[in-house]
Amino acid sequence: MTRLVVVGASLAGLRAVESSRRAGFDGEIVLLGAERHLPYDRPPLSKRYLVGEAEADTWRTEDEIRGELGVDLRLGVAATGLRPADHVVETTDGDVRYDRLIIATGASPRTLPSLPDLDGIVTLRTLDDADDLRRRIVPGSHVTVLGAGFIGSEIASSAEKIGAYATVVEAAPVPLVRAVGDEVGAALARLHPRNGTRLLLGTHIAEYRGERGRVTEVVLSTGEVLTTDVVVVGIGAAPATTWLEGSGIALHDRDGGIVCDETLLTSVPDVWAAGDAVHWPNAAYGRTMRLENWTNASDQGLRAGANAADPEHAAPYATVPYFWSDWYGHRIQFVGVASDEVEFVSGGPDGDRFVALFTDGDRVVAAATLNEPRKIMKLRRLIAERGDRAAALALVNPELVTKE
Amino acid sequence: MSDYRIEVDRGRCTGIGICESMRDDRFEVDDDGTLVIHDDVVDEDERAEIESIVLSCPASALKLATVVG
Ligand SMILES: Cc1cc2nc3c(=O)[nH]c(=O)nc-3n(C[C@H](O)[C@H](O)[C@H](O)COP(=O)(O)OP(=O)(O)OC[C@H]3O[C@@H](n4cnc5c(N)ncnc54)[C@H](O)[C@@H]3O)c2cc1C
Ligand code: SF4
Repeated sequence: MTRLVVVGASLAGLRAVESSRRAGFDGEIVLLGAERHLPYDRPPLSKRYLVGEAEADTWRTEDEIRGELGVDLRLGVAATGLRPADHVVETTDGDVRYDRLIIATGASPRTLPSLPDLDGIVTLRTLDDADDLRRRIVPGSHVTVLGAGFIGSEIASSAEKIGAYATVVEAAPVPLVRAVGDEVGAALARLHPRNGTRLLLGTHIAEYRGERGRVTEVVLSTGEVLTTDVVVVGIGAAPATTWLEGSGIALHDRDGGIVCDETLLTSVPDVWAAGDAVHWPNAAYGRTMRLENWTNASDQGLRAGANAADPEHAAPYATVPYFWSDWYGHRIQFVGVASDEVEFVSGGPDGDRFVALFTDGDRVVAAATLNEPRKIMKLRRLIAERGDRAAALALVNPELVTKE
Repeated sequence: MSDYRIEVDRGRCTGIGICESMRDDRFEVDDDGTLVIHDDVVDEDERAEIESIVLSCPASALKLATVVG
């Protein structure tokens, strides 16, 4: 019987399993996951779960995964190596043979080599991390967030909601530039001080001080000393692919991500990949990219699963990227890939509601919205259909169309 | 013959809009983030497509219920 092995039991891995079954794959499926937990949803970990408003969200019960999907689920088992010539994944629980393999090991938080070994300096990626952070962020506690990215900003927003004091320390002069460009990054940064969080840009942490092995203070590059109960390091994530080094799978020079073709096939036969770890040529933009967002991990998982189930009819994967983030009760949404030409076409950078369009010549390539949930998916479709600026303006401000 | 009906759990839906991006004639997120379903009845032909939309909702807020007709 043909055996499909999926490494990484999270969003992309589970979607891959579901979709290979839907595509008619009736062989054996083994799903390996390093965490002890059933596959669960990560976005709530910095939002509703962190503030204690939601329980962990697992998509399927163990019975459904084993029974309905017919999966040999092995949790708490990590892949440690790959021998493509033998069609074998090496794991902490011995060798696992595969006929077809899907790699969905996602990403892990980046840290800094200079971080001291003190209790209270943490990162947030897993449910266990979130449980730990939930115990540390309590009313009145002092939280220092290093890095004003989306996850760091959500943690600051949740800390505020809990009644803790959050300070966000960001080395760059403007946050989120790579994801949303300067103008929108600056507009979003303003949400922090407007909602009671101190945001320090162009600043880094020069020194960490502790007592009895626990962090108590950080000294900023400006000389200021902050009292702190916890430092959350939120400086991004890197593909969790160290276990693939030397295996023959092509990894990206810069970040070690898995290099795939347009059908999500890796450089090695019978091995596909999906999710946060993947670089692939996205035909919607004519360039190779790696995305770290929910929708992409889900959709790539679905595609990789279908392609591994029926390699002869493998289809390419292309997407107009989409992600959302929630800060202080405000919904931020972004579709596309940011360019340098940006304009606010509804609302402005200082308000609690806006639409910003990114263009490349006349074509709209991306859009960012704050609290405009009705517009964003219409813009995503327009971008996918290569719509122009005039069409986007008509969509965003229909009331102006007749007047102009 | 039975039809199916799309149901949304309002307590779970957070208006992320993935459903709308897949079928904008059926799903539409409103100005305040509320999901509006235009025509919730699904026949056998559309079932597979709507099921994949149900699966794609990050909030697991959608369900396809069977209506015995
Ligand atoms: C706190 C947080 C908030 C987020 N919020 C949003 C949001 O609001 N919107 C949005 O669009 N996206 C958000 N994201 C991003 C989104 O959750 C990710 O894009 C998505 O989880 C990626 O899925 P994945 O399956 O590729 O990887 P992951 O979810 O990282 O899963 C990979 C799995 O593989 C396992 N694994 C790793 N190495 C091995 C190994 N060697 N052997 C076996 N198993 C292994 C890991 O333990 C993990 O369970 C958020 C992420 C985090 C962490
Ligand atoms: S995808 Fe889910 S959460 Fe988003 S609007 Fe649709 S039903 Fe609601």
